[in-house]
Amino acid sequence: MSTMNLGGIALAVAVGALAGFTAEAKTLRWSSPTDLTTLDPYAHTESFTTSMLHHVFDPLVRHGRNLELEPALAVSWKTVRPDTWRFELRKNVKFHNGNPFTADDVVASITRILDPGSRARGDLVAVDRAEKVDDFTVDIVTKGPYPLLLNDLSGIYIMDKEWMEANGALKPGDVSRGVSTAASTSAVGTGPFKVESFKPEAGTVFVVNPNWWDKPQHNLDRIEFKPIKSDATRVAALLSGELDLIAPAPLQDLQRIGNSSGFKVIEEPSLRLIMLSLSSRPELKTAPGQKNPMLDLRVRQAMWHAIDFEALKKRVMRDKSRNTGTLVAPQVPGFAKDNDQLFGYDQDKAKKLLAEAGYPNGFKTKLNCPNDRYINDEQTCVAIASMWTKIGVQTELQTESRATYFPRRDRGEFDNSMVGWANMPSMDGFATLSSLLAEQKDGYGGSNAGAYSNPKIEELTRKAAVELDEEKRRSMLVDALKEARDTVAYIPVHQQPVAWAMRDGVEIPQFPDEYVRLWFTNIK
Amino acid sequence: MLKVFLSRLGQAILVMLVVSAVSFVMFRFVGDPVASMSRESATIEEKTELRRSLGLDQPVVVQYGHFLARTLSGDLGISYRNQRPVTQLIAERLPATLELVIVATLLSLALGIPLGVLCALKPNGVAARGVQALSLIGISTPTFVTGIVLILVFAVSLGWLPSFGRGQVIDLGWWSTGFLTASGMTSLLLPGITLALYQLTLIMRLVRAEMIDVLSSDYIRFAKARGLPARYIHFRLALRNALMPVITVTGLQIGSLIAFAIVTETVFQWPGMGLLFIQAVSFADIPVMAAYLLFVGLMFVIINTVVDILYAVVDPRLRARSA
Repeated sequence: MSTMNLGGIALAVAVGALAGFTAEAKTLRWSSPTDLTTLDPYAHTESFTTSMLHHVFDPLVRHGRNLELEPALAVSWKTVRPDTWRFELRKNVKFHNGNPFTADDVVASITRILDPGSRARGDLVAVDRAEKVDDFTVDIVTKGPYPLLLNDLSGIYIMDKEWMEANGALKPGDVSRGVSTAASTSAVGTGPFKVESFKPEAGTVFVVNPNWWDKPQHNLDRIEFKPIKSDATRVAALLSGELDLIAPAPLQDLQRIGNSSGFKVIEEPSLRLIMLSLSSRPELKTAPGQKNPMLDLRVRQAMWHAIDFEALKKRVMRDKSRNTGTLVAPQVPGFAKDNDQLFGYDQDKAKKLLAEAGYPNGFKTKLNCPNDRYINDEQTCVAIASMWTKIGVQTELQTESRATYFPRRDRGEFDNSMVGWANMPSMDGFATLSSLLAEQKDGYGGSNAGAYSNPKIEELTRKAAVELDEEKRRSMLVDALKEARDTVAYIPVHQQPVAWAMRDGVEIPQFPDEYVRLWFTNIK
Repeated sequence: MLKVFLSRLGQAILVMLVVSAVSFVMFRFVGDPVASMSRESATIEEKTELRRSLGLDQPVVVQYGHFLARTLSGDLGISYRNQRPVTQLIAERLPATLELVIVATLLSLALGIPLGVLCALKPNGVAARGVQALSLIGISTPTFVTGIVLILVFAVSLGWLPSFGRGQVIDLGWWSTGFLTASGMTSLLLPGITLALYQLTLIMRLVRAEMIDVLSSDYIRFAKARGLPARYIHFRLALRNALMPVITVTGLQIGSLIAFAIVTETVFQWPGMGLLFIQAVSFADIPVMAAYLLFVGLMFVIINTVVDILYAVVDPRLRARSA
């Protein structure tokens, strides 16, 4: 114990002496409500953990300052066959333990994530295998022509093969077989920061990696991350000076933090778009034996016109959300300005449309919502249910925790339900087509809980899935999203805001994918 | 004595079985871990496969049977959320919770007993009335409100104490302690007070009531008549007899403090078992939830047994009866 302390002091003195020449060590202390689940990049599917591990690991390609895809551990790539991509790897890159980065690491990493026991293997579902060509060239073979390989690879971090071998972690941990590996609690990557300590729920400390291959655009020496689940405590810890940054900051406290001297708030719309899925089944669960009124397009239009989005934005979202008319955010491929026209709040028109469809007295239905998944989700649904009831669509609202809500939604128990969609991690509108709009078959339609079905969209989805010409592919996405809008597949509600709060002197760019990228952060 | 011990053991095992069965039935209502475990754009096939590989597609009775068999062989399984052994997770969090509970118990005893005596000796004094009124507030304010108010006053406004976490901890083997550093000790204060408040008022009121009861009994009157000094009567004779129920209640309350710590731990981001449990519930992490409930059940059983034995030690009459 005492020797360790002495060593620690000696190190501290040495670091202090070094730092004395330049400036004092720059430490950023920050907090978020969730903690890292694990340090094993293939053992989870949470975007927060992915964003945190990006500080430690690098992918082959990454999202840059403007979220464009740029080279990371791969310097260039080309398709040698429709199903084979050849990647040239970056040379002179070292892992945190000093091991050189080579093609073997890429092959071992891809093999590891494709293992049946890997939790994240769905993130690379289109890939069949990786093959080494030489020490710095790798072929990645897909199961067929696949346009989104680069998007998928941007979330796949490369691990060190030697380290995995030495620690028995070549295969990922597997809950069903009761196997856990050393990779859950230690991480060796090539990224801008190294993990110094990892204590779940108490904090994770990162120190700068002085041998990072890329030129640092930050001035941090150390990152102390401390999760704080309670919103009030997190804000209090920022205001009392125990933290430099909180992300996200709770909406109800933004004004208070912004008004405190020495603190500031930054915000922007996130990629996550909240929408309502409407039942397209032959019958409603609330009225078995009768035809589902929502099969009539006019009824769906009426339900869209019935919602006062401005009021929702002002009252429920404290003016922080962005209203939208389409199903993807502007940064996402597939977005088109023509599709993003608001539908217009008009109760009289809504009632007229209902009457024309043969429901002058409306009908009964149900709306199901989570109460702990999206920002102010329950309040949003309370407002929408009452707006629908006003035009005669008598809506019974049921809200519940995400842990029970999403399994029920998957089982198709709901007529109308709320869902948020960020197209992450691929950051491409194809995910909206394949998961929300396509029918539930052939692995498509995983979140299409309203059983929406449209032959035109089915065709476009299958075509876009294999179209390697980017321009053609994007126009297919745009066409499909226009069709979805014209047929009211879903009612888009708004884009959620991302809001962060920090002390003055912290300069950090904000990204709509809600990732906190501290390698772009400068502090004074 | 042995017979008593064996019968207690039998009861304890029965209680544990019931606790595990009830908690397993409850899991059906907390949700399905598959939703939290799979990515957002997962296909129905992916989810079905995951559910099958975890054995969640089987009837609850079968799942419970598997769980029981594994637990009896000493294996509590692996957390669905972070794929680490559950025993390891609990061992990591146990020190934080136990240290918090120890501090809260000591605080409540150190303040509760003297205040209770004070209220009993001078029931109509100004101090006693003040303490009584304050205790009403203590017993009726919810823990999270107390916690937030304390944070606002002592961390944000005054800046004296940290608002969250354990501060710096030192590892002694597998036990991490906050008792040995200044930041660890200051970090214990606010959550300790928050957790102690309810118990403090409870003990105070209990001591007061018992003391008043004992003070009016015959042998105290005789002791007074004999001219024994007031100090001796109050503290040697009366308080000692009044402490009997206090021991029971304190013991039982340690169990509920561990359980109640969930709220305090959430407010103060105290990395203990309560926080672990809350995380597990929101993820539907069945192995962790099951282990936590078993653990809390076990704590209650152990504490109750120890209290029973202590009783026999303190009160010779009980010893005679059970023999």
